[in-house]
Amino acid sequence: MRDLIENVIVKSFDNPALTPLEDQARFDLKELTCRGDRLAFTTDSYVVDPLFFPGGDIGTLSVNGTINDLAMGGAVPLYLSCGFILEEGLPIETLRQVTESMKQEAEKSQVSIVTGDTKVVPRGAADKMFVNTAGIGVIPKEVDIASTRAKPGDLVILNGFIGDHGAAILIARGDLSLESSVESDCQSLSRLVQAMLKVCPDIHCLRDATRGGVATVLNEFAQSSGVCIKMDETKIPIRDEVRGVCEILGLDPLYLANEGILLAIVPRDCAEQVVETMRFLPEGQNSMIIGEVVEAPAKRVVMKTSFGGERIVDMMVGEQLPRIC
Amino acid sequence: MKYVDEFRDPEQARKWLGKISALAKLAQAGKDRPLHIMEVCGGHTHTIFRYGIKQMLPQEIELVHGPGCPVCVLPMGRVDDCVALAEHPEVILTTFGDAMRVPGSQKSLHQAKAEGADVRMVYSPTDALSIARKHPDKEVVFFALGFETTMPSTALTVLQAEEEGIGNFSLFCNHITIIPTIKAILDSPDLQLDGFLGPGHVSMIIGQHPYSFIAKQYKKPLVISGFEPLDILQSIWMILSQLKEHRHEIENQYGRIVQSEGNHNALSAIEKVFEVREFFEWRGLGSIEHSGVRVREGYARYDAERKFSIPNLKIADPKSCQCGEVLRGTLKPKDCKVFGTTCKPETPLGALMVSTEGACAAYYSYGQIDSNQIIS
Repeated sequence: MRDLIENVIVKSFDNPALTPLEDQARFDLKELTCRGDRLAFTTDSYVVDPLFFPGGDIGTLSVNGTINDLAMGGAVPLYLSCGFILEEGLPIETLRQVTESMKQEAEKSQVSIVTGDTKVVPRGAADKMFVNTAGIGVIPKEVDIASTRAKPGDLVILNGFIGDHGAAILIARGDLSLESSVESDCQSLSRLVQAMLKVCPDIHCLRDATRGGVATVLNEFAQSSGVCIKMDETKIPIRDEVRGVCEILGLDPLYLANEGILLAIVPRDCAEQVVETMRFLPEGQNSMIIGEVVEAPAKRVVMKTSFGGERIVDMMVGEQLPRIC
Repeated sequence: MKYVDEFRDPEQARKWLGKISALAKLAQAGKDRPLHIMEVCGGHTHTIFRYGIKQMLPQEIELVHGPGCPVCVLPMGRVDDCVALAEHPEVILTTFGDAMRVPGSQKSLHQAKAEGADVRMVYSPTDALSIARKHPDKEVVFFALGFETTMPSTALTVLQAEEEGIGNFSLFCNHITIIPTIKAILDSPDLQLDGFLGPGHVSMIIGQHPYSFIAKQYKKPLVISGFEPLDILQSIWMILSQLKEHRHEIENQYGRIVQSEGNHNALSAIEKVFEVREFFEWRGLGSIEHSGVRVREGYARYDAERKFSIPNLKIADPKSCQCGEVLRGTLKPKDCKVFGTTCKPETPLGALMVSTEGACAAYYSYGQIDSNQIIS
């Protein structure tokens, strides 16, 4: 076990806080306080099936997912923990590939994986590999992002194509015998958020559209802020491949999961500048203003359909299931 | 996206809406209520809500959402039987996705799966047959559902199983047929319907002749319609044209898919494998004569109802549920006593709240816009 930890995990994540292999990572408080006035702390567990899919794997997901959760509060992500639960019989090579992905993604976002834990459970007690990551970041002084802050007049920004991750996973599971070139959009949004905050420190709301998709996040904003969000279907970028998958299966791309898509609500007067800034970065190159915040109907998301009608976009119930015919 | 966007073009939509508005008053002349047009098929209901068509139509037209969602009309007793089958230790139960959440009297297939039953979602009955090939030590049961649209693929799968000599595959057959149900609706005393949007995919199989009685006997127009939003607008315009000219005919808007004779090969596969049941129970509508099919004697070994013992109990719909009135078009979903209170998509009481093709779920998710009255 010690061999596994030292040869695979510590070797991958190598950094000064981890390598002493004490029971805890230790940080200098001064280093944290010079970056901001609040800590952000989050955790998430990853149980994706399959472990490897086009565009990413459970490793990229577990690092970027937690980084993004920190970034959505405006925090600069700094440290991650990593807990592995491994099913007995898992090839070491699989673990090595995953830790390698985690290392690469962490480096890209300049975060360190500083503490961790590994458990091996009997065959059948876990599905190949589960990963938990927790993360710590620092929120700069002037930043105040909250889902309660959307105000009538604000504009809604989306950073790119929706539904790629959900569609890629669905196809990679192989149950539906569909083939497609769609890749997961799994990526860190930390750099993008920092760039956005530079031109608009007063971002009102920010959230990544993971489970439940774009529709769910917009509903959360509308409900928490007691406002109506009006979106325009023609402004929402969707790849033809993803639309195709949704057409065939009867799914709505607005509810498909994403792993590199964020929604921001910003004051109207800085929206254009935010979008322009976002477009300079690859993770924001397809950024668009997709809608606006209005007063009523409060707590609702209304979409102008590409067909010219209007409809309510509701919270997702359960999971999306393919329709019969 | 080619072959899709052409049928969703907002410019064309404006043109058709103009033509519909021009006709609506003339077609409604002499009536003291709006025209009631029933879309029979759940696929149409879905399109109407998803594209906001309901709000685009002039006030002279009201759409009534019909019984054509096979998941919605499945009675509780049949769901219970299916759950019982799934709970046989040797059974792998395979089902279309949207049947997973339909509530039985005790639980849904989804809950049965969570409790350990081997329930798998498939997209086609041939996927179920592949599972049977892979697991010769298990009994694979396919939860066969749907109107004539899905019947041929089930029938062909049975024929394929027979050809390959696969013995561990069977159907729990709940296929239903739309014509007797349209007739039952037309015979209901509180009927207030002026015309029908006919189901496009069912018609692709059965053709347009089986509807003739609607025009001849009941003197109502029916237009077989496609599922894209422009299809629906054009079909509504065709119904209005008939009403204005006092015609009542069966017309086919979905000519790119539906041939007047239907699909011969599909029909003969259905004929070979299935026979009409005396009665079949519909949720909300009760028992309707000749409205369901079962596996013929010759294919008995592929019939899960004969192969396994199932409880086969009739379970009454919950008392407070008014799905029947909604299905017949005499009550709007939002006027149901339990709509949005005890009956919601997360905890459906009535079947119409289960599938996104169900009128109540569609109203709940997409439709409450009109009650807010603020959309410009």
